[in-house]
Amino acid sequence: MSQQPRSHQPRSTASGKSASTNSGSGKPAQRRGPQPAAPRPGLVLDVDRSTPPVLLHSGEQFRLERLPAGRSRIIYPPEPLPGLEHPNEAIREALLNPVESDPLPAQLFSGMKLTIAFDDISLPLPKMRRPDIRQRVIEAVLDLAADAGVDDIHIIAALALHRRMTESELRYCLGDRIYDAFAPRGQLYNHDAEDPDGMVMLGETRHGEEVQLSKRAAESDLIIYVNINLVSMDGGWKSTATGLSGYQGIRHHHNVKTMRNTKSFMDQENSELHRSNWRQGDVLKSAGINIFQIETTVNNDLFGDGPLSVLAKREWEWSARDRATFLGVKTGLDRLPSNARRKVLHSWEAPYALTSVHAGQVEAVHKLTTAEVYKQQLVSVEGQTDIVLYGLPYVGPYNVNSIMNPILVMCLGLGYFFNMYKGKPVVREGGVLIMTHPTTNEFHPVHHPSYIDFFEQVLSETTDPIQIEQRFETSFATDEWYRHLYRTSHAYHGVHPFYMWYWGSHALEHLSQVIIVGGDPATVRRLGFRPASTLADALEMASDVLGPDPSITYVKNPPLGMADVT
Amino acid sequence: MKALVIDHDIARFGAALLTSSLRPSAATRLGPLKLKDLPPLELPNPDWVRITPRMAGICGSDLATVHGKSSRWFEPIVSFPFTPGHEVVADDQEGRRVVVEPVLGCVARGLNPVCVACAEGRLGNCERLTHGCVDAGLQTGFCCDTGGGWSTEMLAHPEQLHEVPDELSDSGAVMIEPTACGLHAALRAQVQPDETVVVIGAGTLGLLAIAAMNRWSPPKQLIVAAKYAHQKQFAREFSGKSAQPAVICDPRNLIRVVRSTIGTHLLSSHDSLHPEDDPHSRLSGGADVTIDCVGTASSIRTALAITRPGGRVILVGMPEVHNLDLTPLWQREISLTGAYTYGTEIIQGGPIQSFELAAELVAAEDLGRLVSARYPLSRYPEALAHASTCGSKGGVKIAFDLLAPDYPEAPVLSTRKAARP
Repeated sequence: MSQQPRSHQPRSTASGKSASTNSGSGKPAQRRGPQPAAPRPGLVLDVDRSTPPVLLHSGEQFRLERLPAGRSRIIYPPEPLPGLEHPNEAIREALLNPVESDPLPAQLFSGMKLTIAFDDISLPLPKMRRPDIRQRVIEAVLDLAADAGVDDIHIIAALALHRRMTESELRYCLGDRIYDAFAPRGQLYNHDAEDPDGMVMLGETRHGEEVQLSKRAAESDLIIYVNINLVSMDGGWKSTATGLSGYQGIRHHHNVKTMRNTKSFMDQENSELHRSNWRQGDVLKSAGINIFQIETTVNNDLFGDGPLSVLAKREWEWSARDRATFLGVKTGLDRLPSNARRKVLHSWEAPYALTSVHAGQVEAVHKLTTAEVYKQQLVSVEGQTDIVLYGLPYVGPYNVNSIMNPILVMCLGLGYFFNMYKGKPVVREGGVLIMTHPTTNEFHPVHHPSYIDFFEQVLSETTDPIQIEQRFETSFATDEWYRHLYRTSHAYHGVHPFYMWYWGSHALEHLSQVIIVGGDPATVRRLGFRPASTLADALEMASDVLGPDPSITYVKNPPLGMADVT
Repeated sequence: MKALVIDHDIARFGAALLTSSLRPSAATRLGPLKLKDLPPLELPNPDWVRITPRMAGICGSDLATVHGKSSRWFEPIVSFPFTPGHEVVADDQEGRRVVVEPVLGCVARGLNPVCVACAEGRLGNCERLTHGCVDAGLQTGFCCDTGGGWSTEMLAHPEQLHEVPDELSDSGAVMIEPTACGLHAALRAQVQPDETVVVIGAGTLGLLAIAAMNRWSPPKQLIVAAKYAHQKQFAREFSGKSAQPAVICDPRNLIRVVRSTIGTHLLSSHDSLHPEDDPHSRLSGGADVTIDCVGTASSIRTALAITRPGGRVILVGMPEVHNLDLTPLWQREISLTGAYTYGTEIIQGGPIQSFELAAELVAAEDLGRLVSARYPLSRYPEALAHASTCGSKGGVKIAFDLLAPDYPEAPVLSTRKAARP
C-alpha cells in the first residue's frame, strides 16, 4: 500500500470549523481528550492510481478494496471532536440552567409524580464504555429529585416497539445503583406499548394522526426525557411522541408515504417523519404534558486509541504497525466461528466522549443538539454520483447483542446509510447502491420472530413497500403471538420488520438497482437485490445499467459521517 | 409376455434398502425387481379376463416395495412373485379402454356372501384379502395370480374394470386410480366450510387431495406445504374455491406459517429458527384438519404439532416404520385417521363410486398433465430412479408406456410447464 499524502488533498471540507460547544448554561465548556492537534474535518478524496485499497466493513468481517482511479471518490467522516472535560459538571449545569425552561429543581416538588424516560439499547452504536451517559444524567436528575423530596419516580426505557431490554442491559445503561434502587420495586421497567391498561390516547393532530402515550407518563406532573443523539434524526419530539407511544400512534408516520416524503430522515427541514412527530408533539403540549428534555451528543470516537483505532484512520495514513494490526484483526476474525466473531464484536465498548448536553424545552434543546450533531458529522460534498458504495458494519440500531438479519441489512443500507445526507442523496436518481455484507439467512429467533415470518411469507410474495403495507401490515401488527412475545419476552413488535422495510422505501424509489457484494445469493435475491461475489463484479453489473465508467462514491462509515450534498 | 416381477428375495430387498437413499437407479438394479419373459397367466376362474396394459403409473407404495422400505405389515397380504402396477389403463378383449380398480375384494375373489365392508362398498377395507380364487394380495399389483400393470398382459375381474371416456387420454386415464385415492382422503377428512385445513406434501396424492377438496368440500382456509416450485404452482391452481386465498409454503416453514395464518401461539422448547427442527415445538391451537400426504415420522410429528386440540389428522401417505411420540395425540385428543384407497363415497347424501368421481375430476382439472414422463418397460431402472426423484426434477407422476417401442434413447418427457400460468 503506497502512502502519498500529496495525492490525497481534500476536495471539500467539513462545514463545521470550530471544535467548541456550549452546555445548556451558555457558558464555554472545557473539553476532554487530546488537545494538541485539532480534529480534522471530513474530506472528499479523489481516488487516483496511488490511492491504496480502502477498508470496507462487511458485517462481522472486513474487506480491502481498490477503487477505480479517475472516477471514484471517498467521503471520510470528520475526526472525533474533543469531549467535555467534566461531563458530570456539564450535566448538572444543563439541569440548573436549561434552555427556555425553568431550572429542573424549580420543577420538582414533594408529592409530585415524576417519570424519567430514556433512549433504549438502540443507541449509541456500538454501546459506550461505562458509565453510560444515561446513567450520568439520570443519577444527576435523581439527586435533584431527592433534594426536592420526590418519591413517586418511575424510570422507563422508552423503546416504543423495540424489544425489551434485559436486566443486564438495563444495568449496563443505568448502573447497578439505579437498577437496584428502582427495579425491585417495579419503578424501573421497559415501556409496554401493548399494555391495554397502560396506554392512553391524547388526541389527534390536524392531519388526523392519533397521539398515544404511556399512561404513566401522561399522568405525571413532569416527564424528564434523557436522550443520546447519535444522528440528527434522534431526539426532539420523536423521543416522547414515538418512544413512549404505541402502534396506534407510530403507524401515522412509520408508513411508506411518510418515508417516501422524507428526504432525508437526517434533514429535519425535509423530513415528513420529523414534521409528523412535531405535530404529535403539539398535541402533547396541548394535552398539558410537561416535558423536560435532556439531549446529549457524543463524538465520533468509536475505536479509541487501541488496536482498533486503525479502523477509523484514513488508509493512506496507515503505518506499518496499523497495517499489521489490521491484518491481525482481520485474520483473527475470519478464522473465528461466526458465533464467536459476533460475540467478540458485540462486546466492543466505544470510548465515546460527551460533546454536549442541553436541557429544557423540547424544540429549543433539539435545535442546539442538531447543530452539535452536524458539527461532528457533516461533510460538504459537491455533486451526486452514479454509484454509491457502503460497507455495512456488524451492528445497527436493531441488532445490538443480536444478529443482523437480511431485513436489517436492507434497513441499515437503504434506510440509515442512504439517508445520511442533507440536500440531495449522494447518489443520483436512477443510480446504483452497492453495499458489502454477507447477508446470510440468519435470524435471532428470540429478538426477531416476526422478521422470520416477514422474510419467508411476505418477501416471498412481494418486495414492493406499498403492497407489503396494504396486504400484510395489519395481520402482523395485531398478531397475538407477536404481541405476547413483545410484552413478555425480548422480541421486537410484530410490525417492526415492516417499518424496517419502509425505512428503505425512499431509497428503493430513488435507485435503479441495489447490489450486495459477498451476500448469500438466494437471500439477496429474496430481498429483491442482486448478489455479486466481488466489488469488480458489482461495478460491472452496475455498468450494465449506468453505462461505461460510472462515477463512484464510497462513503466510509463508521465512524459516522453525513454528506451535505450541493 | 414381458413383465417386471418382484421375487421374495430377502438379500435383494436388503441391498435395495441399503442403496435406495443414495442411488435409486442402483437400488433398482440390485433389488428384487427383474424384467422377465413369462408365459401367459392362468385365469383364476371363468369370470376373470385378460387385459393389455397401455400405461401404468409408478406409485409411492410401488417405490417403497421395490426399494425394500415397505412395512412387514403387508407380508401376509401379498403373494410372491408378483408384478407391480396398480394404476393401470388397459385394453380389454372387446377393444374397450378400461382402468383397473385394483383392490382384490370379495367379488373379485369369487366369495359369496361378501364381507361387511365389501357389502357397504368399502372395498379398501375388505376383510378377506387372503381368501378366494386368487392368492393373498391387497390389490392387483401385489398378488402372484393377477399380474400387474408393469407388464404387457394382466388379469382382472370385470368388477374391477371401468370404461374410460373417449375424451380422456391415456395419461388422464392412468391418473384416475391415484385421483380416487386423493379424493377418498379429502372426503374422509369431512372438511367443513369454516375450517382450516393443512395439506403436508404436494406430490401426486397431495395435489389430488387438494383438487378433490376444492371441488367437493373447500375449506375456509387451505395451507399447503409444498417443496418444489411446480408443486406450489399446481397447489395454487387446484385450490381456488376456498374463502381465503390458499397459503403455500415450504415444509421447513410450515409450523410458523400455520401459526401466523391462524393467529395462534408457537410453543418451543428452545430458540430454534425453524421449529420443525425441534421435536417438541407445537402450536397452542392449530388447524382443524391436517392431511399428511408424506407419511414420514417427521411429517406425522408436524401434523400433530399443528393440529388444534380435538382436530383431525388424516394419514394419506403410506407410512413406514416410525419411532414416534404419540403424547400430543393423547394430550390434544387428536383423531388420527388413515385414508387407504377408495370404494364408495358419500356426496350430498348419496353414495357414489370413488372411480366415477375420480374420472369426473380428472376430466375437469385436466389431470393427465400431471404425468410428467413415460418410459418403456425396458428402461425400468431409469423410470424408477426418475420416479424416486421426480419432485426435484419438476415432475409429478412417472408412468410406464406399454405401447411405446422399446427405444433405447430418452423417455417421452412431457412437461413441467403443464401447470397453468
